[in-house]
Amino acid sequence: MSGVRVLVGTKKGAFVLTSDGKREKWDVRGPHFAGWELYHVKGSPVDVNRLYASQSSGWFGQLIQRSNDGGMTWEPAGNKFVYDGVPGTHQWYDGTAHPWEFKRVWHLEPSLTDPETVYAGIEDAALFISKDGAHNWEELSGLRKHGSGPKWQPGAGGMCLHTIILDPKNPSRIFIAISAAGAFRSDDGGATWQPINRGLKSQYIPDPEAEVGHCVHHMAMHKSRPGVLFMQKHWDVMRSDNAGDLWTEVSGNLPTDFGFAIDVHAHEPETVYVVPIKSDSEHYPLDGQLRVYRSKSGGNEWEALTKGLPQSNCYVNVLRDAMSVDSLESCGVYFGTTGGQVYASKDAGDNWFPIVRDLPAVLSVEVQTLA
Amino acid sequence: MIRVVLPAHLRTLASFHGEVELEISGPVTVRAVLDALEERFPMLRGTIREHVTQQRRPFLRFFACSEDLSHDSPDAPLPDAVATGAEPLLIIGAIAGG
Repeated sequence: MSGVRVLVGTKKGAFVLTSDGKREKWDVRGPHFAGWELYHVKGSPVDVNRLYASQSSGWFGQLIQRSNDGGMTWEPAGNKFVYDGVPGTHQWYDGTAHPWEFKRVWHLEPSLTDPETVYAGIEDAALFISKDGAHNWEELSGLRKHGSGPKWQPGAGGMCLHTIILDPKNPSRIFIAISAAGAFRSDDGGATWQPINRGLKSQYIPDPEAEVGHCVHHMAMHKSRPGVLFMQKHWDVMRSDNAGDLWTEVSGNLPTDFGFAIDVHAHEPETVYVVPIKSDSEHYPLDGQLRVYRSKSGGNEWEALTKGLPQSNCYVNVLRDAMSVDSLESCGVYFGTTGGQVYASKDAGDNWFPIVRDLPAVLSVEVQTLA
Repeated sequence: MIRVVLPAHLRTLASFHGEVELEISGPVTVRAVLDALEERFPMLRGTIREHVTQQRRPFLRFFACSEDLSHDSPDAPLPDAVATGAEPLLIIGAIAGG
């Protein structure tokens, strides 16, 4: 019997939502790590029972938790993230040099082939890897030492490495994104990196077409076409057909192209989802109407998906890691809001329903499809 | 025997209820207490003091015998009442929002 497991990270704990393949009745378990911020929870694609969770708090710092039974029980893993060498400085909000300081883990990306290997994207921006099930962490410092680091600067949420995409066809290729530095690609397993921001235009930085400095909010890829990337930038929805070498804007008819989340249909590589947000100073849906937008043409032509979503007085946000899809025959789409709702669609976005309505503010949503 | 009172979240993390009791050989200091505490509960490493700098995390304070010891040297002797187990060392989280 197939099923799905939705891993939800919130401001006050983690929740595990499970259902069979019908996706009608849901079992809600949690909060795990009650009272802590769970920036991200994600499962291994090669061992569905191996989960990793980033647990943090302003009082007690960063922890990494690991589960070997699909989230029923957890055990603390390694939480020592030490930059390789002298960290140096990046730009502070006012343009002055500011020392690199570890703050938290934003994103955990388990390996596509080995459940013991997992990548961590951290704030202040750097990429770490563990090859022993998250017990010991080592920085892939070629990224931070790329040379442009002193020009990186924090976005409003901090200078975070929030997106890690592993190429399923080329194990040496990794994509990452940083707010506010931009997107980077490694073609040698993370040893060396190049910025891939050509085509991005950001009017809020001194040189709108600079090599680095762009506030990339999130990126997504379909596993069958790893050379095609979609990006939700601060403003603008973008697409690259050459692994990030050049981006073109595909915002098209979106009512606003500011937003955070973006994802791709599990079976249709040209079907893309975004949740437009009014603006960078008003982080809620336009006109108080929560609408997911879907493009079936890889961008430019978007349709509003509203059935089952609140169409008045809705002023929540959907954060960058808070949207995911399952890979059941009829693709399920899921997203969480800062108002604590987790919405699901069993039919690729045509109709929506809330799995839960009153969780703490949702920081991340990841979905596992269970055999 | 040294007694230590942990904040609730760290008791949960350590899966331990009540006061922690530690045996320390040598001078009883904050550093010695935290070394012994982290040896017994490795999952607490990095939660009270930073991994690298060993600095107390800014939202935590150390109290004993109605005194704030947070800004004393970590190598300063703790009060005799703590060293003898008459009073606990309190590790307290700031009362701050959220």
